[in-house]
Amino acid sequence: MPGPEGAAEPLIFEQSSPGRRGIELPGADVPDAAAPADCLPAAALRAAPPALPECSELQVVRHFTRLARLNFGIDTNPYPLGSCTMKYNPKVADEAAALPGFAGLHPHVPDAWAQGALELLWSLEQALCALTGMDAFSLQPAAGAHGELAGMLICGAYFRQRGDAERRRVVVPDSAHGTNPASAAMAGFDVLEIPGDARGGIDLGALRAAADGRLAALMLTNPNTLGLFEEQILEAARIVHAAGGLLYYDGANLNAIVGRARPADMGFDICHLNLHKTFSTPHGMGGPGAGPVGVRAGLACFLPGPRPAREDAPTEPRQRFRWAPGGPESIGRVRALYGNFGVLVRAYAYVLAYGGDGLRRVSGDAVLAANYLLALLRPVLPPAVDRRCMHEWVADGRALRDVGLRGVDLCKALLDRGFHAPTMYFPLIVPEALMFEPTETEPREVVEALAAAVREIVAAAAEDPDGVRRAPLGTPVGRPDEAGAARHPVLRWPG
Amino acid sequence: MAAERFPEDLEYTAEHEWFRRSDGRVGITDHAQGALGDVVYVELPAAGSRLEAGVPFGSVESVKSVSDLYAPVGGTVVEVNAALAGSPELVNQDPYGGGWMLRVQPDPGSAPLLSATEYRRLVEAS
Repeated sequence: MPGPEGAAEPLIFEQSSPGRRGIELPGADVPDAAAPADCLPAAALRAAPPALPECSELQVVRHFTRLARLNFGIDTNPYPLGSCTMKYNPKVADEAAALPGFAGLHPHVPDAWAQGALELLWSLEQALCALTGMDAFSLQPAAGAHGELAGMLICGAYFRQRGDAERRRVVVPDSAHGTNPASAAMAGFDVLEIPGDARGGIDLGALRAAADGRLAALMLTNPNTLGLFEEQILEAARIVHAAGGLLYYDGANLNAIVGRARPADMGFDICHLNLHKTFSTPHGMGGPGAGPVGVRAGLACFLPGPRPAREDAPTEPRQRFRWAPGGPESIGRVRALYGNFGVLVRAYAYVLAYGGDGLRRVSGDAVLAANYLLALLRPVLPPAVDRRCMHEWVADGRALRDVGLRGVDLCKALLDRGFHAPTMYFPLIVPEALMFEPTETEPREVVEALAAAVREIVAAAAEDPDGVRRAPLGTPVGRPDEAGAARHPVLRWPG
Repeated sequence: MAAERFPEDLEYTAEHEWFRRSDGRVGITDHAQGALGDVVYVELPAAGSRLEAGVPFGSVESVKSVSDLYAPVGGTVVEVNAALAGSPELVNQDPYGGGWMLRVQPDPGSAPLLSATEYRRLVEAS
């Protein structure tokens, strides 16, 4: 079967040749196991072997090296993809994660043999507590949305314990990440969406109307998905707490405030953090991520266990750290073993490398870079709400209609100029939304070059909109049929 | 961009659904399909399901977003447009024809909805 027309690299399946081998397996040095038919149920057995690609080692090396060269990544180009915090991942953190004592550690060794790893996990929990003001964290959740689900399950367990299980309502603003209502619904809550106000913040009137005996929680991102600080957060917290509800912090945008403001000080009771964003661990292809969930002291008994514990006066010096199982009130384990351990090592290395003052500069520089970009682009691409932004801002792309472009056309044209596109069409409340997040790791000249590229595209469209709409011309794939792919997905090799 | 269409023989909701009282068909408006962009999936209830006016009965997913579909009237679903499962693009191409979603037997005495003129005014004011 031929590959897509003009594909820069054929699929590995298309390079397969029957009988070709890349490796020779040695003979077994243990007794043969029983035949599959003798130890597996019939439903688990294949009628025929799977049609795996058969290639030489050199073919495989060339295939993946060529794919890597086609990839667009932060190590080669700026990546202002709003909401995703695509900042540079320092190599020193990779080096720490690759240390043989971490990388080669078997997850089932006794505690006495894993003291360093346990101490690292315990210390990372302490650091996250210090940065958020929370009293306890669990590092198990393997993604932001996973942390949200764990947080909402904790919320449910809290109300069940209080005999207040009728509280089924979770309020989210209409600017929320889509995962917020999804996580609340998965945890068994009813979701109520409330509108924002003219300054892009939460509508306190709508919140008051929803804050009755049914309110379980308000889920908020601060700064919100418009990149704006929620100025009324203290009043919102007062309303929610007065109604007996909990306040949930979606930590997706912590990069804007890390080291400067703490969710617990704003009144939040539960939070998750995206280590792959703020703490600069790799995002690659949807994982591995880390979404630790943190809580105030009164909720700590509900956290997923086991968690690392430190003995202040150990009887055996090599047993200072140990795994403490979750108690009877815990929502239980949410992931096998200890979360994505290598990601947690990277995050702790990042925290240590920067230190407290360094992390304050991270958020300061992230906010400065976003505001500088906003100031440079305001004349051609006005923001949806014109306020001082935090670490990202959202343009109202309808301004591009004057030169015959849609938001997607600007994004495609940026690819030809060496920039990854901003996030398109999110948040949903802004028509033709374009969300820019330069991050603190881009230097001033890159922010200026990005602004110059946007201005140049808008000027080019004023002369020749069709020319801009043909972009990108310099990428391996130009404009895939996104609607066709979603309507008629082909998700597996037909062989 | 082609001018949006507001057929006179339909009734409309403020949530951009249409209802044709003569044959009980329900769909989303030309304005709605344009605002959603390319529709990639439509989730509909089974025939025989009950609808409650103003309550979501399904959802429509585009490359940009997922939106609830609101029942224009209370009643019983008589027929579901099976063609949308394989060809959701019909909602974009022909929102008042081949892109219909449900045929509904409305409950007796269901109130009239927005007229074409009222709905057009609502769209133009937004």
